[in-house]
Amino acid sequence: MNFNLSKEHKMIQKTFASFTKNEVEPIAAEVDENERFPSETVEKMKRFGMMGIAVPREYGGAGADELAYALAVEELSKACATTGVILSAHSSLGCWPILKFGTEAQKEKYLKPMASGEKLGAFGLTEPNAGTDAASQQTVAVLEGDHYRINGSKIFITNGGEADTYIIFAMTEPSKGLKGITAFIVESDTPGFTIGKKEKKLGIKGSATTELVFKNMMIPKENLLGKEGKGFKIAMQTLDGGRIGIAAQALGIAEGAMEKTVQYVKEREQFNRPIGKFQGLQFMMADMETQIQAAKLMVYQAAAAKAEGKPYGKLAAMAKLYASETAMEVTTKAVQLHGGYGYTSDYPIERMMRDAKITEIYEGTSEVQKMVVAADILR
Amino acid sequence: MKIIVCIKQVPDTNEVKIDPVKGTLIREGVPSILNPDDKAALEEALRVKDQHPDTHITVMTMGPPQAEEVLIEGVAMGADEGILLSDRAFSGADTWATSNTLAKAIEKIGRYDIIFCGRQAIDGDTAQVGPQIGERLGIPQVSYVEKFYLEEGKIRVHRALEDGYEVIEGQSPILLTTIKELNEARYPSIPGIMRAYREDCIKVWTYEDLDIPSTDIGLDGSPTQVKRSFTPEQKGAGEMLEGTTDEKVGSLVQKLQEKNLI
Repeated sequence: MNFNLSKEHKMIQKTFASFTKNEVEPIAAEVDENERFPSETVEKMKRFGMMGIAVPREYGGAGADELAYALAVEELSKACATTGVILSAHSSLGCWPILKFGTEAQKEKYLKPMASGEKLGAFGLTEPNAGTDAASQQTVAVLEGDHYRINGSKIFITNGGEADTYIIFAMTEPSKGLKGITAFIVESDTPGFTIGKKEKKLGIKGSATTELVFKNMMIPKENLLGKEGKGFKIAMQTLDGGRIGIAAQALGIAEGAMEKTVQYVKEREQFNRPIGKFQGLQFMMADMETQIQAAKLMVYQAAAAKAEGKPYGKLAAMAKLYASETAMEVTTKAVQLHGGYGYTSDYPIERMMRDAKITEIYEGTSEVQKMVVAADILR
Repeated sequence: MKIIVCIKQVPDTNEVKIDPVKGTLIREGVPSILNPDDKAALEEALRVKDQHPDTHITVMTMGPPQAEEVLIEGVAMGADEGILLSDRAFSGADTWATSNTLAKAIEKIGRYDIIFCGRQAIDGDTAQVGPQIGERLGIPQVSYVEKFYLEEGKIRVHRALEDGYEVIEGQSPILLTTIKELNEARYPSIPGIMRAYREDCIKVWTYEDLDIPSTDIGLDGSPTQVKRSFTPEQKGAGEMLEGTTDEKVGSLVQKLQEKNLI
């Protein structure tokens, strides 16, 4: 069993580490403060071919694998979870379903510009009354000649308003429930497509999270992704992979907080010694580090399984469950170890704690991950 | 246009500690990096390629097999190919033997328009190899390049001096040594990293590949003898005097008197 990264993966990791240190970390606090989407970072990532990491070269990507992609999201999230999720949502929720289920023509038209970073991707499944219960979709698509007329709305859409290409789910046969859902590729400039409410959030404040509103939006038949009625399956498979990205984001948040905390307890002196000398705090930190390492192994295992074409649904669910809970626990303790300073925005720790919470919620809550794992072991 | 960039893998001296007893560098566990001045050299070559896409860039280094990493990095940043000069016979080389080996390898490549070298490596600080290559090839050279312009039929550079710069014009073939202030280097691109590892972009040349006598390379070809190595004593910290001119002069005189200098 080999736990070492390949040279290729190490260089990708090193490149993202230095990109994060120089381009991402310096603006992370400001992006959070102003709830600003960091477009300039996305532009830079485009320049260095970072937006199509796991997309094959024939479709304009870098041709690396899921592990390389997870490493990228992890590194970015060490300093800025907002930037991490922009890449994660674009790659695994935007690009991947087209790569997996798209026709050659769809890959040519939509995947290529996304892989090059020219266009940003997003994914719209959730509705006000259809969260975990995706079968309650109220967005409806009716075939009229060569087009589907789509009416409805989506909420909590990551990259909403910033993305150009959206994977949208709608009911084509409402009576069939889950089997009546169909996936579509929708461009942001389609008449009838508008951006609704922009959410104000606890964390990942720079990430755009919006409502999407469709009013008599006409989508050509050739933009149907996969087959009619297969939308739910496409959504679930896409989320299986998306969880690897979110798990990597959670891992990065935890590592970022840990690094800052190690530095802080060595510098902060009370009772004439650095607080890191106190065993009570050392024990806390040993637990944090152990959880991080365990999370890392699970995230890499899930990513490697996907890269190698092995089943990864359960591994990804477990990795996300464990990594996100680790992120929440580690960042909470990190604030505690920073004391009063940790509660202020002079230090990045409170931001990391706020950012960590979402990883236990989106792309399936922790409870959903447990359902996925249980379904697998009891099947 | 054909450009050759000579680069070196060096220990990251920000991370290096000095053995207090032996006075030598502790290299264990220190990460290796592409020498900063050399990175500027490569970046400038890449900028020429940005403007003129038909430019072909070869990155070259002499070193142990693991020095391939900096060539990979160079290709990942955008160079077309890398050449690693690696052979036991090359080891122990001082600047004289190093420039001899590199110059022979450049002659073997044949045609080139510009050779970019970093001014100096952070592990040796000699700043000799670049100029020596220029001399051995019999081509003009400009060192300490802080600005570079490629103009119609000529090359114009600013050569950094302690208190200003010289503007120098030249024609290819030419050798330029660059300082890291010349530019800010780009990151390797992810597709570039994949290409560097998966396509055969790095050639390895050994002693057998070069037309050079064994007495001119490696330890045998190196006239430099290291007498002693030591850590220079730390100089005292500088101090800025505050106040009006009178106050500053007063405190300066007092400090000089304290040190029995006046």
